[in-house]
Amino acid sequence: MTFVSKPRVHHPNLPTNELGLTRRDYEGSVSTLCAGCGHDSVSAAIVQACAELSLPPHRFAKVSGIGCSSKTPSYFLNRSHGFNSVHGRMPSVATGANLANRDLMCVGVSGDGDSASIGLGQFAHVVRRRTNMLYLVDNNGTYGLTKGQFSATNDKGSTSKKGVPNLYEPIDLVSMALQLGASFVARSFSGDKAQLVPLIKAALKHKGMAFIDVISPCVAFNNHGGSTKSFEFVREHSSSVVDADLIFGQPEITADYAEGTQENIAMPDGSTLQLYKIDANYDPHDRIGAMTYVQKMQEQGQVATGLLYVDPEALECHDIMETTARPLNELTEETLCPGSEVLESINQSYR
Amino acid sequence: MGPTNIFDPNYFHKVVDCQHACPAHTPVPEYIRLIAQERYTEAYMLNWDSNVFPGVLGRTCDRPCEPACRRVRTEETPVAICRLKRAAADNKGDVTPYLPHVPTEKNGKRIALVGAGPASLAVARDLLPFGYEVHLFEQDEKGGGFMRSQIPAFRLPEEVLDEEVDRILDMGVHCHFGQAIDSMKELMEQKFDAYFIGTGAPRGRDLELTGREDVNDYIHIGIDWLSSVAFGHITEIKGKVIVMGGGNTAMDCCRTSLRLGAESVKVVVRSAFEVMKASEWEKEDAMREGIPIINNRPPKEFVHENGKLKGVLFECVTPVRGEDGRLRYEPSGEPDEFIECDHVLMAIGQDNHCPWIERDLGIEFDKWDCPTLDEVTLQSTNPSIFFGGDSAFGPENIIWASAHAHRAAISIHLYCHGKDLKADRPPEGVNLLSTKMGVHEWAYDAGHDPAVRQLVPLVEHESSLNNLKVEVELGFDAQLAAQEAQRCLNCDVQTVFTDNLCIECDACVDICPMDCIACVENQPEIELRQSLMAPALNVDQDLYVSDSLQTGRVMVKDEDVCLHCGLCAERCPTNAWDMQRSVVHIPQLGSFGE
Repeated sequence: MTFVSKPRVHHPNLPTNELGLTRRDYEGSVSTLCAGCGHDSVSAAIVQACAELSLPPHRFAKVSGIGCSSKTPSYFLNRSHGFNSVHGRMPSVATGANLANRDLMCVGVSGDGDSASIGLGQFAHVVRRRTNMLYLVDNNGTYGLTKGQFSATNDKGSTSKKGVPNLYEPIDLVSMALQLGASFVARSFSGDKAQLVPLIKAALKHKGMAFIDVISPCVAFNNHGGSTKSFEFVREHSSSVVDADLIFGQPEITADYAEGTQENIAMPDGSTLQLYKIDANYDPHDRIGAMTYVQKMQEQGQVATGLLYVDPEALECHDIMETTARPLNELTEETLCPGSEVLESINQSYR
Repeated sequence: MGPTNIFDPNYFHKVVDCQHACPAHTPVPEYIRLIAQERYTEAYMLNWDSNVFPGVLGRTCDRPCEPACRRVRTEETPVAICRLKRAAADNKGDVTPYLPHVPTEKNGKRIALVGAGPASLAVARDLLPFGYEVHLFEQDEKGGGFMRSQIPAFRLPEEVLDEEVDRILDMGVHCHFGQAIDSMKELMEQKFDAYFIGTGAPRGRDLELTGREDVNDYIHIGIDWLSSVAFGHITEIKGKVIVMGGGNTAMDCCRTSLRLGAESVKVVVRSAFEVMKASEWEKEDAMREGIPIINNRPPKEFVHENGKLKGVLFECVTPVRGEDGRLRYEPSGEPDEFIECDHVLMAIGQDNHCPWIERDLGIEFDKWDCPTLDEVTLQSTNPSIFFGGDSAFGPENIIWASAHAHRAAISIHLYCHGKDLKADRPPEGVNLLSTKMGVHEWAYDAGHDPAVRQLVPLVEHESSLNNLKVEVELGFDAQLAAQEAQRCLNCDVQTVFTDNLCIECDACVDICPMDCIACVENQPEIELRQSLMAPALNVDQDLYVSDSLQTGRVMVKDEDVCLHCGLCAERCPTNAWDMQRSVVHIPQLGSFGE
């Protein structure tokens, strides 16, 4: 909890983006989470990603449920639309918002409690509908807001702050998202912005359900020696399979990567998603392979990070439902209510 | 890049830009905090300790601190440091309890000080608490030197000067006023243990031009003329006046002329406006009083009729910036300009001049008539003789005199006790004290005040122009001072990083409002400077680099535009960042704090 308000003044050399805005223009209010909370780094990564992509901050719809993670939309993009909804119900609100206005960029932030416990059903259905959004989970394996009980993503054998081990199998949201049809699945770490920021940028540009599971340590309750979601554990046990970077203009040739391990994917807005395979045998387009790989790594006590799966061609919810291309609030009365003659012809078609 | 050694006293001293820029290294943020707490007497004494003349300097200082103020880099206008100093002087209470104790039993060493200007007075103040018998020789009847003779009363009221001069004289100086020393040899026959020469740069420059010899009665050397005004020998100036020169003396001459009844006053300067030596605010003050400043006019000839000055002929030039960035002047092609006048005040600089020091005493002088000195000890080539103030290295401001005096006093003390002037000098030091009071409480006002600089109230125009003794600036009252004090960024409350506590959570990096902090792979400095979110382009300001952290990365902080807001420490879960007040110890004798 911080009481000092953040000064409005910024560095005179702070870069401005294409809209003439600095990173500071994408911030929200000062965080009231614990000092050092991983979630604040995730918010900062979202701020940085949106600023670097020159996205207009007022064209966002940010939605969340309940929990520490779900407070964070207050801490970024304070000029955008926002809805802090009921516990576990972020996906419903996000689905509604996205169906009503498909022009807004939809960012949903949830936590391991919000998505893997009370909202597991909602999570499953928004993923299988492939709603066009960034679904980001701040995953710390603990219920920080209620003083550190194990959450459903806490690994079996991982201990509480007092040393009591967790007895139950963990829910792996990445494996579930892969199985349920998400077309962009990644895992990252709040302590590694070099990896996280490009992933968020790629996810924002991806058309369809983009899911990122961010391991975000809880400094108050789950950052100790027995935890598998601490800064130290994650740094020691994680390895990236595929790094992603979103670039504009001509894709650059990077000599650092062996031949065949770099891949360029054209994004709908003309930008290029560059993939760098750290593990040459890994195929980020093989959904079943990805699921196997993630599970295998988990069994070995390792954490696979990076862009695990992407399908740039996949249909999203609006395509599947063949909805109108315009946001509903732009439809005129004439379009919405075309008159009795049209109704008559529709009725005729059913006879 | 290697880790920063924060225990080098100079490291954090440099971060306190104002204090570092001040020749006397006055602890500016500390006294501004005292003003904010309405502890004016303590604020005054903190100043008195390091610069000796806070009341005088609060009105007349050249303010090297203000252009250095961090606020210039973050929001353009500096904190009004000089005016806050005056506010402390104006609002202070009784300072007697804070004055150093002067022992009645002396240490047997007799010191002669020549010239009763700021340098000698400050040496006296430093030496007296150590039991020295101090003799002060001055040709005028009163002490103060050029603070009295050359700074007009509308900028520095006599009572302010008297108070600060008398405070030192009352500590037990043996005054020999009205006694011009015209032979150093004779003075040395009195066998003092050491001598300090603080006679200033007393010779105003003249100009050899056609007609100069014929109009002697109408041409006055600026500093001599101001001195005659100060001592009441000159009370009026009639007709049209031209002031030649672009320094602060020129500004004082023109404003004084206006008050002594001149019909019109013009300042004519050889060079361009932006390169004039006068302080920005002194030029503004003159212009506000309606005095035109005419630039790019080198003088050519004094025009007279049978010895009666008619005016001055000036050449017209244009400044051209050369490839080296310096201005050069080329004829503009316009015809020469004749400016009518009855008097000319010459304020084109001043020189050192010590004809009374015989050249066979072992004191070497250079070709500019400046003594050959050791820059640190201020000792001349005659080991018992020391110089300070303008007489040491040429004309400077009062604050330099105070700075020289502290150094010379240490040297004299060491010399009198047979110690080495360099090896035995007390070193600089730094103390760091955490300001953490509680979970979210700091022992300083960490919040950032975006307010703009407060303007100083001025006396009503008419009344000041009619009376030489009416002070033009009214100074900040307690309320304005309190508001201005809030603008200080507390640069002496340092961000101190302890690497083995850091868990690399990035909280400090994310919260920093100025994007000063980064946690990155270590690289050479030049690349490290580019690795911050806002590149650290100001190479005059250091990077604070930690030792290797757990992941092998380093914490880097660009000191350039840090607001010292404490948010990094506030958001740090492990207290790896802490806000610690740095107290820089500038060695000096007779410090009231010792």
